[in-house]
Amino acid sequence: MKIGVFICHCGENISSTVDCPRVADVCRTYTGVEYSVDYKYMCSDPGQNLIKDAIHKYNLDAIVVGSCSPHMHERTFRNAAVSAGINPFMVEIANLREHCSWVHDNIEAATRKAIELMRMAIEKVKRDKPLTKIKVPITKRVLVIGGGIAGIQAALDTANAGYEVVLVEKEPSIGGHMSQLSETFPTLDCSQCILTPRMVEVHQHPKIKLMTYSEVERVEGFIGNFKVTIKKKARHINEDKCSGCGMCITKCPIKKKAYNSFEEDLAFRPAVYVPFPQAIPNIPVIDETVCTYYKTGKCGMCVKVCDREAIDFGQKDTIHVADVGAIIVATGFKLYNIDKKSADSKYKGYGEYGYGKYRDVIDGLQFERIASASGPTSGEIKRPSDGRVPKKIAFIQCVGSRDDSKGISYCSKICCMYTAKQAMLYRHKVHDGEAYIFYMDIRAGGKMYEEFVRRAIEEDKVKYIRGRVSRIYEEDGKYIVKGEDTLAGMPVEIDADMVVLATAMIPQDGAESLARTIGIPYDKYGFFNEAHPKLRPVESTTAGVFLAGACQSPKDIPESVSMASAAASKAIILFANDTLEREPVVAKVNEDICAGCFYCMKVCPFGAVEVKDVKDINGIVYKEVAYINQGVCQGCGTCTATCLSKSIELAGFNNEEIFAEIAAL
Amino acid sequence: MSRKADEIMAADTLKDAKKLQASFISTEPFQESSKEKEKEKDNNKLFHIHERNVSDEISERTFQDVSLCYQCGKCSAGCPVRYYMDIAPNKVVRFIQLGYYEEALKSETPWLCAGCLACSVRCPKEFDLAKFMDAVREIAIEKGVEIKQENILKFHKAFLDQIKNHGRSYEVGLVAEYKMKTLDLFQDVDSAPGMFLKGKLDLLPHNIKNRKEIKSIFKKTSGKK
Amino acid sequence: MKYGYFPGCSLTSSAKEYDISLRKVIDKLGISFDEINDWSCCGATSAHVTNHKLSTALAMRNIMLAEQQGLDNIIAPCAACYNRLIISQNEIGKHTGIRKETEDLLSVKFKKDVKVFNILELFLKSGLNKIIENRKRELSELKAACYYGCLLVRPAAITKFDDAEEPESMEKIVEATGADTVDWNYKTECCGAAHSIARRDIVVDLSKKIIDDAITHGANVMVVACPMCHTNLDMRQRAMKRKYPDHKEFPVLYLTELIGLSLGMDEKELGIDLHYTNFKYADTLLNNSAKG
Repeated sequence: MKIGVFICHCGENISSTVDCPRVADVCRTYTGVEYSVDYKYMCSDPGQNLIKDAIHKYNLDAIVVGSCSPHMHERTFRNAAVSAGINPFMVEIANLREHCSWVHDNIEAATRKAIELMRMAIEKVKRDKPLTKIKVPITKRVLVIGGGIAGIQAALDTANAGYEVVLVEKEPSIGGHMSQLSETFPTLDCSQCILTPRMVEVHQHPKIKLMTYSEVERVEGFIGNFKVTIKKKARHINEDKCSGCGMCITKCPIKKKAYNSFEEDLAFRPAVYVPFPQAIPNIPVIDETVCTYYKTGKCGMCVKVCDREAIDFGQKDTIHVADVGAIIVATGFKLYNIDKKSADSKYKGYGEYGYGKYRDVIDGLQFERIASASGPTSGEIKRPSDGRVPKKIAFIQCVGSRDDSKGISYCSKICCMYTAKQAMLYRHKVHDGEAYIFYMDIRAGGKMYEEFVRRAIEEDKVKYIRGRVSRIYEEDGKYIVKGEDTLAGMPVEIDADMVVLATAMIPQDGAESLARTIGIPYDKYGFFNEAHPKLRPVESTTAGVFLAGACQSPKDIPESVSMASAAASKAIILFANDTLEREPVVAKVNEDICAGCFYCMKVCPFGAVEVKDVKDINGIVYKEVAYINQGVCQGCGTCTATCLSKSIELAGFNNEEIFAEIAAL
Repeated sequence: MSRKADEIMAADTLKDAKKLQASFISTEPFQESSKEKEKEKDNNKLFHIHERNVSDEISERTFQDVSLCYQCGKCSAGCPVRYYMDIAPNKVVRFIQLGYYEEALKSETPWLCAGCLACSVRCPKEFDLAKFMDAVREIAIEKGVEIKQENILKFHKAFLDQIKNHGRSYEVGLVAEYKMKTLDLFQDVDSAPGMFLKGKLDLLPHNIKNRKEIKSIFKKTSGKK
Repeated sequence: MKYGYFPGCSLTSSAKEYDISLRKVIDKLGISFDEINDWSCCGATSAHVTNHKLSTALAMRNIMLAEQQGLDNIIAPCAACYNRLIISQNEIGKHTGIRKETEDLLSVKFKKDVKVFNILELFLKSGLNKIIENRKRELSELKAACYYGCLLVRPAAITKFDDAEEPESMEKIVEATGADTVDWNYKTECCGAAHSIARRDIVVDLSKKIIDDAITHGANVMVVACPMCHTNLDMRQRAMKRKYPDHKEFPVLYLTELIGLSLGMDEKELGIDLHYTNFKYADTLLNNSAKG
């Protein structure tokens, strides 16, 4: 084998601490090395040409480049090698920059280390084998999980590109949090007015299959070839028959047993309901937990009034399977609850704000419902406790957010803006009312955002007080808000009639279990992790699974929409090909020596290991061995390290190659 | 990289590294200082900001870094004695963070702190402000700063004197000593006789047996840090 | 279970009635105590605000004595002592430097983990049923504002027995005596105890606010578990009256006194006559309810 060695100076990045010509000289003496040279910028065009020319001139079989991290330029050098006729996997990179020159200052020692690193790479390349990329077919259909604004946008974009979409939403209607909002910052346009046309479009789109009141149960397969199992919960209403007339809802005798979660528990709903009038689909759901029929077997009022015989008490959950090539996860967020007994047990409650015992201390979404024309007060600002109009209102930002002691260190990002908007709406609706906002910092980065906050202060005379609130007490129907104006250096007490808490955005319920179902990583809060924080922000680390909206981190509407469109285009880019090329760095099982212990299956983070039956000549199964699905395997090497019988090899990093590298040291 | 940096990196522990770092940094601003500056130093003996870093000192004593505090003011907002203080508690932290040690150590605020821990339990950064205040007072005493709330300090001294002498608090002795120290003879005239009449105050102290041990604890801990 | 007893200085003087009533009550409930021999002051506020080493050493001397006496669990009825003891224990547990320093000062090696309980934990642990079963007097006319003060539940990360903002354990005990409790705001607000002598003006203001809030929320008696709090809320009412002429006397009882009353003991026996506030008010209340 003829090996070429190329040592890059990286300007002065490497050559200031590594004697590059000497490294090249030493390498030239190693067996198998046919040609060795150093150059100022190996990644530059002349540098690449140097490589290509050497390959032709010396008839090289493999090359080793001593340069920066393979993260930076492995692809560059492989492409150069390919264009000169060498298999791309016959290229090794020794990292002389991050691993050597940048972290040392002694030239002699660093040069010696560089030589060692080169020798290791040379020993490895001698054992490298040419590998070919793997081809996988693609099912050109997308699964979108979550029917909020991000999911809606992603579904519409993909469908408009001509691909089929399965949109799964766990609630009875799509629309998500955006459908609950009153008006949106910084333009103050009505949230529902801009959202509902999109919802209708989804409903009517021939390429979108909408599955509401449904949840994803299982995801198998790999990029281009996922098999998804979806549970459609029983509505107890026959969707084909129901016309959405709403008679069942009007006549249902259960009036005050169940809180209306769309109204953030500020109102009640009957046992049979649609979440809100513009719901898509406009088909009700019967809540078994409060419906009299399910308790006593009697009532059936809805059956009597439904002239289309759509009520079906016996309806059961159904299971559906869909084949898709890509998945867009858009499960969104929910608000942190200050109640210590709440389901958010991961986080501590806010005892200093009363753990939710004060009825007029509400959260941001509750205020949205109160301010919404379609809300429980028809848009009039009234206190939940007694319906009085609050003359003094206090908003508190960063409740939960940026609070290590409650378990949430991050900034929820949207609260500064929506609090300014809410205070503004309050001042527009209650002209003689006073609005105070307790804040720590105003984070108004965004188009027209800062201007919007200034407008709240300058035009609507909202009073901003810089300081966190320590305690809220109830006294004679007022809420004493104890704060400190840290700018004036003075204690402040506001006797507010109502308090609105901008509570933190946290991942939607079940986000972590969904992540485990799909096989995507999430952070300590339960937000899904992107593949790269800067360069791959809408991809998960699992190929073919993309992220959109607040399930990845707190986001406002425009950001969620952009991310959704980006995720959709990632799926569309994937579908531009009929087959998929994958890096051949995958694990392979030697079936002859596999003992069938399946430890590899337990440790594989991607679910790539399957059970394979090995048959004799007569077709009788005589043993079970591990089989690694090449489409799913990401080449992490966990199985190879775990395998007790040493029967798994990772292509490009097999035992022989690695041991040779170590032995060379 | 410089030799200093190498040495710092080679240090066994973070603490050692910090000490080394301090030793390299602290001397530099004064190497070229003029005579005038030296004079200024003498005039203001207590506060040589670069010479002795109070904020590091506090971090060391309280096991928490003052940079944790992001100045939200929640501590001040909930402080029961806030209205009596000259500056807000969060400002004391701010002064220490910025190196305005004199302003912080001379403030009345640490002395008025009642140690109720409301700030510490509510702090979003889990910064124990009450502990921080303990350290500020301790350092103020060690540096001989003029304490504006002198009666409070006199009370604490009188209280500790009783313990030093008897092993337990002796209220008659405490009140007598406190009154001698403050010459505030008439405060509390309404409660003390009542206490005697109700038999609550014993005229004689409750001496513990091993007063020697208590005295030795006081002696060993009285040295300046 | 046998407990070690660390009364603390106040319970031997200004809070004698706390000690008296505590001993009476636990005797009746069949709990026994073993007083720590030759215990000394925990260092109180004065030590920890001026000298950290001294404060830890003074507190830990008592833990050392308990250990030497073979006691695994000790009761510190004074909230301030309780707080100093557990905080010092926590410090030496967390920081080896402080541990070594303290061990050197006391020439001892701490081996066991002596557990320090406050008065609320004592009654909760020994079982509220015992109180309910032995109830002799009807107290339902009493509407108690349970006052925890600052040091009983803070810092919750170390005290680990009740919520720092909305504690409920004292209410449970008070309700076991048959008295009613009220929900009020200042359960854990500080009375300024540390400044009782040097800055009486502050203490009077703070205590006044606490009493007023209890009254506003319908309480007719306050129940406390800390001698400092009691001194401020009870003894300082005269000064309160001078500063706020419309102030009306409000009875303040130790938790143990309330339990004693429910167990049928009389006021003298429990030392309630040692209070400063005129207790006639509650007295009549009790008599009335006894008759009714």
